[in-house]
Amino acid sequence: MLAPLSWLKEYVDIDVTPKELEEKLFSCGFEVEELIEVGKDISGVVVGLVKECESIPETHLSLCQVDAGAHGTFQICCGADNVCEGKKFPVALVGATVYATAKDHVTIEGVMTIKKGKLRGYESHGMLCSGTELGLNEDLYPGAGYNGLLVLPDDAPVGADVKPILGLDEWIFDIAITANRPDCQSIYGIAREVAAVLNKPCKALALDYTQTDVKKEGFIVNVEAQDLCPRYIAHYVYDVKIEQSPAWMRRRLALVGIGSISNVVDITNYILKELGQPMHAFDDSFLKGNAINVRRANDGEKIVTLDEKEFELTNSNLVICDGERPVALAGIMGGLNSEILDTTTEVMFEAAKFMRDNIRKSSRALGQASDSSAMYAKGVYEYTTVIAMKRALHLIEELGCGKVSATHVEVSTGNSVEPKEMKVSIAKVNGVLGIEVPNEEIERILTSLNFAPVINGDELTIQIPAYREDMDSYPDVAEEVIRMYGYDHVIPTFMPTAEVTLGGLNLKQKSELKIKHALCAAGVYEGIHYSFFSPSDLDLLRLPEDAPERHAIKLINPINIDLSLMRTTLVPQMLHAIARNQKKGILEGRIFELGNKFIPKELPLTEYPDERETLCVGVFGQNESFYTLKGLAEVVAKALGVTFTYEAAEKTFLHPYQTAEVFCEGARVGYLGKLSYEIADELDMRTQAFVMELDIRVLSQWYGKAQVFQPLPKFAEEKRDFAFVVDKGITCAQIEDGIKEACKYVTDVQLFDVYEGIQLGPNKKSMAFSVVFTPAEEEFNSELVEGFVKKILKNLERKLQITLRS
Amino acid sequence: MKEKLQKIRERAIAEIENSEGLEKLGEVRNAILGKKGELTAVLKGMKDVPAEDRPKVGQWVNETREAIEQILVKQTKKLEEEALRLRYEAEKIDVTMPAVKPAKGNLHPITQVRNQLTDIFASMGFEIYEGTEIETDYYNFTALNTPQDHPARDMQDTFYLSPEYLLRTQTSAGQIHVMEAKKPPIKIISPGKVFRSDDDATHSPMFTQMEGLVVDKGITLCDLKGMLDEFVKKIFGKTVTTRLRPSYFPFTEPSVEVDVSCFQCGGKGCKLCKGTGWIEVLGAGVVNNKVLEGCNIDTNEYSGFAFGIGIERIAMLKYGINNIKHLFESDLRVLNQIDD
Repeated sequence: MLAPLSWLKEYVDIDVTPKELEEKLFSCGFEVEELIEVGKDISGVVVGLVKECESIPETHLSLCQVDAGAHGTFQICCGADNVCEGKKFPVALVGATVYATAKDHVTIEGVMTIKKGKLRGYESHGMLCSGTELGLNEDLYPGAGYNGLLVLPDDAPVGADVKPILGLDEWIFDIAITANRPDCQSIYGIAREVAAVLNKPCKALALDYTQTDVKKEGFIVNVEAQDLCPRYIAHYVYDVKIEQSPAWMRRRLALVGIGSISNVVDITNYILKELGQPMHAFDDSFLKGNAINVRRANDGEKIVTLDEKEFELTNSNLVICDGERPVALAGIMGGLNSEILDTTTEVMFEAAKFMRDNIRKSSRALGQASDSSAMYAKGVYEYTTVIAMKRALHLIEELGCGKVSATHVEVSTGNSVEPKEMKVSIAKVNGVLGIEVPNEEIERILTSLNFAPVINGDELTIQIPAYREDMDSYPDVAEEVIRMYGYDHVIPTFMPTAEVTLGGLNLKQKSELKIKHALCAAGVYEGIHYSFFSPSDLDLLRLPEDAPERHAIKLINPINIDLSLMRTTLVPQMLHAIARNQKKGILEGRIFELGNKFIPKELPLTEYPDERETLCVGVFGQNESFYTLKGLAEVVAKALGVTFTYEAAEKTFLHPYQTAEVFCEGARVGYLGKLSYEIADELDMRTQAFVMELDIRVLSQWYGKAQVFQPLPKFAEEKRDFAFVVDKGITCAQIEDGIKEACKYVTDVQLFDVYEGIQLGPNKKSMAFSVVFTPAEEEFNSELVEGFVKKILKNLERKLQITLRS
Repeated sequence: MKEKLQKIRERAIAEIENSEGLEKLGEVRNAILGKKGELTAVLKGMKDVPAEDRPKVGQWVNETREAIEQILVKQTKKLEEEALRLRYEAEKIDVTMPAVKPAKGNLHPITQVRNQLTDIFASMGFEIYEGTEIETDYYNFTALNTPQDHPARDMQDTFYLSPEYLLRTQTSAGQIHVMEAKKPPIKIISPGKVFRSDDDATHSPMFTQMEGLVVDKGITLCDLKGMLDEFVKKIFGKTVTTRLRPSYFPFTEPSVEVDVSCFQCGGKGCKLCKGTGWIEVLGAGVVNNKVLEGCNIDTNEYSGFAFGIGIERIAMLKYGINNIKHLFESDLRVLNQIDD
């Protein structure tokens, strides 16, 4: 929201510097995002009187003697066609800064510093300036658009700084307005706040005008869609003369970024900026049927807006129609068919409140926006529609561009635009703040904000102006008081009246953190990836059409297709992360992510989906293997105090012979394996990768498993090593089981060597195990242990046809 | 006999003293004192010595033996020392060669900051409530005093999953679940992922917030200020102070933005604080009565405050991380930098 200081000054006597005003606005809730100094780049330019001017032969140049008052008289070479003796022009002295323009004299190419120069052998001590070189245009200063020198008024004092004369000493506040204060999306709204914060009166708006007896007989306004338009005001103006607006109006509009079009159109824009009320002006001669009808568009109905774009409408769009057809897209843009032209002599003004949600949705759906629609989307109050129409008619009269008729039609659903009374307890107001604001301060502050406060004991009665629809109850009053009283009055306290609470992490939070810490200690880095992924990620994994992972929740409005599905597995993003690292030349690493995958019960969603905590671990590099990743699974098992078992399995995206499912006490908890070569190639991986996914939700049933100390064995353990020759198809787990089931004293079985060689014979391998026997009741002797060994060997031979390696 | 022993003694001492290495010394020892050793042979020959000479000869033999053994011990010690010295010397290393890197990983910077925050608030008696990433329109907006037509809905671009379900845009959504489930006193923080349809240099469509909520008897704006003062000192340093300034959130009234004095320049103005001396870190306010009433909490008895912190923002400020996108790409060169 741009607010020029000079415009604010029309309503408030501002006697602080722009910087001070910025700070005051900031402290009361209006952050100035940028304080723009209009003439910031211009310096050292003064009023110069050309005393002599001779043209230099065979050039377009003139040699001038320029009187710059106290600064001296300078010889300046000038190429402009309108330089002449006896006139006053802006003169940039040596050392001055002005804008440098391109050859077209219009495009600004930067800031330049004026230096002493020589043109065609003539010394030049400065430069006479055009409007463009001073950053001006025709709207900002009449005559500044001329492609030549800017002519200054004859009464400009010679040698004086040109900035105040040309309005280059202007400041513009770019203010951020919070969503609860649409009333401040306007110069007058800001002026009210400025007045309050400076403790000064805010001058009333000039709203007076003379109404003639002329009537537009039979004219009616019919608001069919009252739900979308609670108030519609139309006023008929005649004897209109379309001309250029006065300089002051063009300048103000230019300062807030609006180009001048014509007096009538400029008035609507002026009101938009000054009061925050979008207005529209129809050329009444184009309105058919002597009527305005506000209704929903018919499906398929068409309108061409002022910018000559055609739109096909639906029933959800609101249109303003005359007796026959749409003449405006309500709140967004007028129709080309009723545009104000140079020939316009009758105008129908519109000031209305349309429902913000409808305008916002139509604007988005049609892809058509304007300053008006933006303002409606922020919120327009009915009160402002009334004021705005009066102000527009006043300006018509002030500019002398038409006559105000007696035809004024106001259709409303009956909402009040008068102040609303509210009573609150001062104790409650102070109770919100935690401090005692003196009554006189409360009174002063609320008076400055036009709330007309009356204090009677603890009871505070205020009159809420109709432009403050945000005011609802005592906390709102507390906010108004404290933002003006100052937040620095808030004294820190530490909940003296609150109960003591224990607080802390719960078991789930502690356990998840424990898993994370355990993985970190094993050399794994934590990564975090988006909760959404791409449909192509499911294809990457070669998942079949009926795979449960494909039953994913879709975003209705994703940023792009790659972020359009709620993830049903954490693996694809892990694979992408590994591939990205490899692309950067990092050829080994370990990453884990503990995050949610999203399993819908039904699609589209009718209830909360299952957000399943899932752990994904990815490792890559030449030193990694299935078994190093399995080691990380064991790290997780150890952290939770559980035992995992593994069974060979298959996954569409993993190596067919290096994949296992992970079980914990019979429950399937996940899988791990080596990434398939096809996918590794597709992702341009340069080294092997392994990935594991564990369902943390299933594992959570073992959270907080009691840690029980196992007493050390009373008797010495016995250890025996075995080397077996076995068929290649036999697994380590089968042998381990065969050993354990044969003897109840076996407490540990560790594979310590695997060997394959020709001498063993084809399809054979050698496996060496170390077995620990722990006595329970009494010390073992060697005969006893020999007995265990025989039992084990017998069991293995019987079940797996395994023999000792000779 | 005495001469013989003298000779043995002299030769033995010479051999011992000349022996290089413990192995050689062992051989020498065996040749003299071993089972078949020279001196042992003399002892064995004692039976041939006349009985009257035996004590004397025995004494000589013993003296010789003791002398030899003494030298042996001395030489053994000398050789052992020498051997150790050589062993050390052989193991001389270049201490400037690179270290063997231990297996190391660390938590994500976001998790680190999240843990720091939860530790601080847990010590103040806050519990940690983790809401869901997928929320309903009601909990994310309506119950937070942001009805369908409310201007504040424009402040956030929401990802919708169905007309009713959406990706939460703020962890504030958790407030309502907590207040519905639990009666005051309530002191919770709710960290988690949130989503907004923003994707540019400074915005990520997913980021992390931490909501805080206190509801109890007599809670005021001063209590909010007191708790925030404590919190920022713990997270940014003892000298850091806070500044409240008016703002707007639908679910708090009054609402404030909270700035901290710049912890890099101490408030003098620098690049980090863009010359202002202050850094915006969070939004907060007194819980709007409509929100409490919606959860059947009696506003005549109870009041509360709430605050919301952007965890990435804190992490980026604290560690000088210059691009939010770095946090979600799992680039190991990023992940291995911060271990706080």
